[in-house]
Amino acid sequence: MKFYIPPQIPRLALAFAVFISLFLILRHFLIPETFGEYGHYRGASLIDNAKPEIHYAGQQACFKCHQDIEDKKAQDVHSDIHCETCHGPGQKHVLSSKAVDILKPSGRVFCGSCHIINAGKQKSIINQIDLDKHNVGKNCINCHNPHQPWEMKK
Amino acid sequence: MGNEKIITSRRKFLKTATALAGATIGYTWLKSSQILLFAAKPKDESLPWYGIVIDIQKCIGCGNCAKACKNENDVPLEPFYFRTWVEQYTVKNDGSVIIVSPNGGIDGFKQTVPNEDIFKSFFVPKMCNHCSKSPCTQVCPVGATFESPEGVVLIDEKYCIGCRYCVQACPYGCRFIHPVKKVANKCTLCYHRLKKGLAPACMETCPTGARMYGNLRDKNSELVKFLKEHTTMILRPHLNTGSKLYYNALSSEVR
Amino acid sequence: MEPHYQHLYEILAHAQGYIFPNEIDLQWGILIVVYPFITGLVAGAFILASLERVFKVKILKPTYQIALLTALSFLLVATMPLISHLSQPQRAYEIMITPHSSSAMAIFGFVYLWYLAVVLLLEIWFDYRHSLVVWATEKTGIMRLVYKILTLGVNDISPRTLKWDRKLGYIITVVGIPSAFILHGYVGFIFGSLKANPWWSSPLIPIIFLFSAMVSGIALIMLVYMIVSYVRKKAIDLNVLDSIGKYLFFVLILDFTLESLDQIHRIYEAEESFEIIKLLVSGKLYLTLFVAQGLIGTIIPLVTLVFLQFYKHKIRLQKTMYFIVSILVLIGVYSMRWNVVIGGQLFSKSFSGFTSFKVGLIGLDGTLMAAFWLILPVGILAFLLWLLPPWKMVKEEDE
Repeated sequence: MKFYIPPQIPRLALAFAVFISLFLILRHFLIPETFGEYGHYRGASLIDNAKPEIHYAGQQACFKCHQDIEDKKAQDVHSDIHCETCHGPGQKHVLSSKAVDILKPSGRVFCGSCHIINAGKQKSIINQIDLDKHNVGKNCINCHNPHQPWEMKK
Repeated sequence: MGNEKIITSRRKFLKTATALAGATIGYTWLKSSQILLFAAKPKDESLPWYGIVIDIQKCIGCGNCAKACKNENDVPLEPFYFRTWVEQYTVKNDGSVIIVSPNGGIDGFKQTVPNEDIFKSFFVPKMCNHCSKSPCTQVCPVGATFESPEGVVLIDEKYCIGCRYCVQACPYGCRFIHPVKKVANKCTLCYHRLKKGLAPACMETCPTGARMYGNLRDKNSELVKFLKEHTTMILRPHLNTGSKLYYNALSSEVR
Repeated sequence: MEPHYQHLYEILAHAQGYIFPNEIDLQWGILIVVYPFITGLVAGAFILASLERVFKVKILKPTYQIALLTALSFLLVATMPLISHLSQPQRAYEIMITPHSSSAMAIFGFVYLWYLAVVLLLEIWFDYRHSLVVWATEKTGIMRLVYKILTLGVNDISPRTLKWDRKLGYIITVVGIPSAFILHGYVGFIFGSLKANPWWSSPLIPIIFLFSAMVSGIALIMLVYMIVSYVRKKAIDLNVLDSIGKYLFFVLILDFTLESLDQIHRIYEAEESFEIIKLLVSGKLYLTLFVAQGLIGTIIPLVTLVFLQFYKHKIRLQKTMYFIVSILVLIGVYSMRWNVVIGGQLFSKSFSGFTSFKVGLIGLDGTLMAAFWLILPVGILAFLLWLLPPWKMVKEEDE
């Protein structure tokens, strides 16, 4: 008995072989270069993710010029608050202090963003002020030095 | 009769043997083909392995973290996209729980429930948990989101196809589709800052030090010391996400 | 405020309770409702065709080729709603070249290609090859060339080779049944495997998807058979309808049972997410779940199908009722897809609130786009029926 191969089989096998080879060739050229370097992702993505410019300089950058504020701040309750918490992102100012000025916020609403009274805040963590009762109409920094809050101004 | 039995049992044996051999060959073939699947490399012990602590007792709901995050990472200022945000939970005396997060807490919180009705109230900052068994990286069909060797869950913006499966898979609601870049976006623990030796923007600007990050591998780090001295909890432990964001004083109402 | 965000502000105003701030916009819209609906039609239509072939249900013979061609025309479109909903559709090829082995979504491309190329195309090819060869000799000009290409150059129509066509076709059908089960069970797994979402996360979801797929596929074939007969001005064979109706009834009963089981399980376990799901089902999903899916798509068809097993008087009325039942069932299954896909995104993962969903008309993720992907397969089917008319096939003597 002669082994019979129906003519459909080799033709279909050829069609599938062509299709699969084409796919494998395409795949070879399409896979990004660094894919799989560390895991199932583009290794170069780690570099991409580290690339963006910073906006917040970090307070060590501030203290390089503003040593006086560092000393002042160290003596009072705001000592652990970093400069950019209130002054906003400072990297542009660090790069060019003349061209870009740093934000100097003030006013009852701004200070209130931390100090407004709210049942969710722990009393031991922060002094809370009832803005409707405490020296209404006055700006906080008229009395308090923001870098040394308990060094009252006259 | 007996002969027939032997033949059938022999046939059975041959069948089983063939099946076993086939399975073994199949398995070994599968094993060698794993090269195609880009097996993850063993973790590099020399790198840090980042974890985060958030101390709920210290959070005052000022929203500086959420604001700084948007500034630092170019996230649109609209109230729909947050890499980090703050929630206020208020448990009333009648047992009902009110949760609010107006504009992610960026504009601060106004107390809406009068003091006499409040059983307890607290703020909960939320951000990516940088899970070590993260459900979001698990489902990414192309490998466009992944855990970095430092344990930070990152996104490859050049490779993301925008299928949004990861957004669906995150049980913490920490992912979104960036409306301009049209790819998934989330907290990177300010990976670009960490690489420059700086703290993440939210931690740089937190006035009370309620947030902390550190190397979980370094047993002498501040973070590990804190974890040792406090009873901390992760969100949704039953989902086994391997969250590396530990909350101190987490209340049971928090989801 | 940029106008681009206008609709998000509107949704924000309608949000109930507390939702995470990133949850305002639904990630998967109407296109992802259409996608499992279409794949379901494919799997269901194919399974009906396979039943005829494997179990030799003679009475369903007139629907065999129609079912195969319907499955093919919907399968050709199945990936399109997926690709058009991507925010970076030009990168869709990545899913084929670097599929992530742990992602339930990544394997779809391969499952799809297997089903398209190895199952459907091959089965149709084996079935039509004899006719293709004959048509190629009968026709002239461009059509001759088309049929010639379709034969892939295998022109041997000796009895022995034709016998192999049937043999190989049969093997493909047998392979095809589990493939169809896997194709749609797998679509269910994409949802069922997400542990973050309690409305989806259930091991029953793939099975429910599979059975509702069969329901919709069978209903579609019933509908297509009637329409094709009407267009060709041929009498509709009521025995065929009765026979399909019987299958539809049994599968619908099974589907209904499974879905009820799933819900009963949820209600009894009453896990952490139970309260929010109760609110979802009795509120935002009430119309689409109880009315559209339950009443219109399940109860009414079931009752009508039982009635039709006994009522044998007015043939015209029976045909009209079958026609209506098939449409109702399709509406029901579409609603089921809606309830799963949209329902699963309406509640917050904080389990404390709801967002809302408004379908846009235009845009890549709008109703028109979805409608287009639903209508296109109908056009393809009309073309295929013209190109490969089942009623003009070369009859073989020993069948």
